[in-house]
Amino acid sequence: MFGTKQKLETSKNQKQVTLLDNKELSRDHMQKESAIREPLILGDKTYHQITEDVCAPVEGKANKYWYMVFGLSVVVALWGLGCITYTIGRGIGTWGLNTTVDWAWDITNFVWWVGIGHAGTLISAVLLLFRQKWRMAINRSAEAMTIFAVMMAALFPGIHMGRIWMAYWVFPLPNQFGSLWVNFNSPLLWDVFAISTYFSVSLVFWYIGLIPDFATIRDRAVKPVSKMAYSVLSFGWTGNAKAWIRFEEVSLVLAGLATPLVFSVHSIVSMDFATSVIPGWHTTIFPPYFVAGAIFSGFAMVQTLLLMVRKLLHLENYITVKHGEYMNIVIVITGSIVGVAYLSELFISWYSGVEYEGYAFRNRATGPYWWAYWSMMTCNVITPQLFWFKKIRTSLVASFILSIFVNIGMWFERFVIIVTSLHRDYIPSNWTMFHPTFVDIGIFIGTIGIFFTLFLLFSRFFPVLALNELKSILKSSGDNYKKKENHE
Amino acid sequence: MSKAIYALYDDDEIMVEGAKSILSKNIRIKDVYSPFPIHGLENVLGIKWTRLAITAFLYGLTATTLALIGMYYFMIEDWPMNIGGKPSMNLYQNLPAFIPITFEFTVLCAAHGMAITYFVRNGLFPGMPARNPHPRTTDDHFAIEIMKDENGGISDDEIRTILQDTNPVEIFEK
Repeated sequence: MFGTKQKLETSKNQKQVTLLDNKELSRDHMQKESAIREPLILGDKTYHQITEDVCAPVEGKANKYWYMVFGLSVVVALWGLGCITYTIGRGIGTWGLNTTVDWAWDITNFVWWVGIGHAGTLISAVLLLFRQKWRMAINRSAEAMTIFAVMMAALFPGIHMGRIWMAYWVFPLPNQFGSLWVNFNSPLLWDVFAISTYFSVSLVFWYIGLIPDFATIRDRAVKPVSKMAYSVLSFGWTGNAKAWIRFEEVSLVLAGLATPLVFSVHSIVSMDFATSVIPGWHTTIFPPYFVAGAIFSGFAMVQTLLLMVRKLLHLENYITVKHGEYMNIVIVITGSIVGVAYLSELFISWYSGVEYEGYAFRNRATGPYWWAYWSMMTCNVITPQLFWFKKIRTSLVASFILSIFVNIGMWFERFVIIVTSLHRDYIPSNWTMFHPTFVDIGIFIGTIGIFFTLFLLFSRFFPVLALNELKSILKSSGDNYKKKENHE
Repeated sequence: MSKAIYALYDDDEIMVEGAKSILSKNIRIKDVYSPFPIHGLENVLGIKWTRLAITAFLYGLTATTLALIGMYYFMIEDWPMNIGGKPSMNLYQNLPAFIPITFEFTVLCAAHGMAITYFVRNGLFPGMPARNPHPRTTDDHFAIEIMKDENGGISDDEIRTILQDTNPVEIFEK
């Protein structure tokens, strides 16, 4: 009996030793990186230098370019807020909607902003699960972008309701009219749950990552006001061993939870259309096609913003050309998926033999909104294909211009889907056109202003790069460390 | 009277080697403070892995159940509606339409439940004072914490000598 127990103990110990060896091995494996892989942190950086570089925009004074862009964003944001106030005061009649086209710029803008909001969580969650180290330099600002974009998105259905003070009716609350509940069979309600879950989970994910970096700024702060502010924001983070274990576990599990969330949210947004019986909307291809489109537009917006942040905050050593190239590769892949989806839609509209479906697509390409359709095709399918050329995808100027093209193209995609499908009703006497009013345009441009205002404030007061994550890859992906290792 | 002795290092690998050598001399390490997570450190220090993932699963499971019970009650029991010729008769028939919200609610509760547990377990709340021993442990330094009263048999001077052999940049008491 005793002998058996001892044998068991020995085998248990041996198992622990092997487990330890395996863990040690995997640790070594994680830390060493192929020599041909390009470095992700350029220059002769140390842990302290990373802190200095990332904290510089927070601790120092903003440069004149920051003030110029910020000033412009605030002016545009105020114009947008004015138009929103006007809408709430006067009603939806101030927009260009009519009885045939009763969804237009508002829902176009909603889907556009939600789509943009997909890249942040994709970068922080999906790329974390795939152990992509290049996400470290871009995840923080991409997540911030997600949060601000989803805020802008949620604004549109809110004000579209007309009586925004009754917006809480979208939630399943017992109300004064008896026990009449919201309709759980409706994709519009699924949207309420999807968007609020997506927003709040992204916010928590972002904030948990920010806490250790706020602690770094807190411990460096000289001025009492900033010391106090960052003390509150850092929640008393100490950075002890167990806290880091929990931090890593929470990040991993949140990434695991957020990954299907990314795919579910835009699938549900697409079902707002796909579950209806409007020709052009009623297609089963919508969920994957919308998700690909969302990632496509989100990465384009991240590219636009990061190239600006890189220049404005002098972060050339962290947001490198390689980062830009990786993002362009994602853009060209998702852009190609979107292109294939467009062509499949066209093919099916002909192959199905359904008259209405066939007309809806012929009308898109050759009807009165042909210019919107062809803008969409050019910006989403044709121009991103230029990224197959290494010279173009490693050129920052070309990346910036093409990313803006994608942003424009994706806006047109939503406009084409929504407006062209609606403006030709089943009865030709109902056929009409949609003309946006200055309020429609003002609110849309205004949300871009609000978005940029929030993003610029973020870049001024928050660490725009994930300090702790960058430090954890310095020895494996830092230029100076890689050179030293190759030399040995 | 100080309670703890700290050794401060400027490199994570030197600190991990230091921790191994301190533990081999039968000195108990209370904690280690670092500016980023150091993989493999938990094996050296013998820290048990966190069970936060299990809590997330439990919160998720609760949410799945609640969502299904809730929707069954709202849509089928309390006020069944027939919208667009699609009556709400029983859970089995309505289930496909209930899947998206069940999923979203599960993720919502699992994520927030785990996040709240994480804050509570780590003692993270707005306005909590910083308790890291040295301000540079959130920048580029690494600190090993040794409690004096946990190493009864070994004098403070002996601990200091052992720590000195592990190449720290500074040894201090707090």
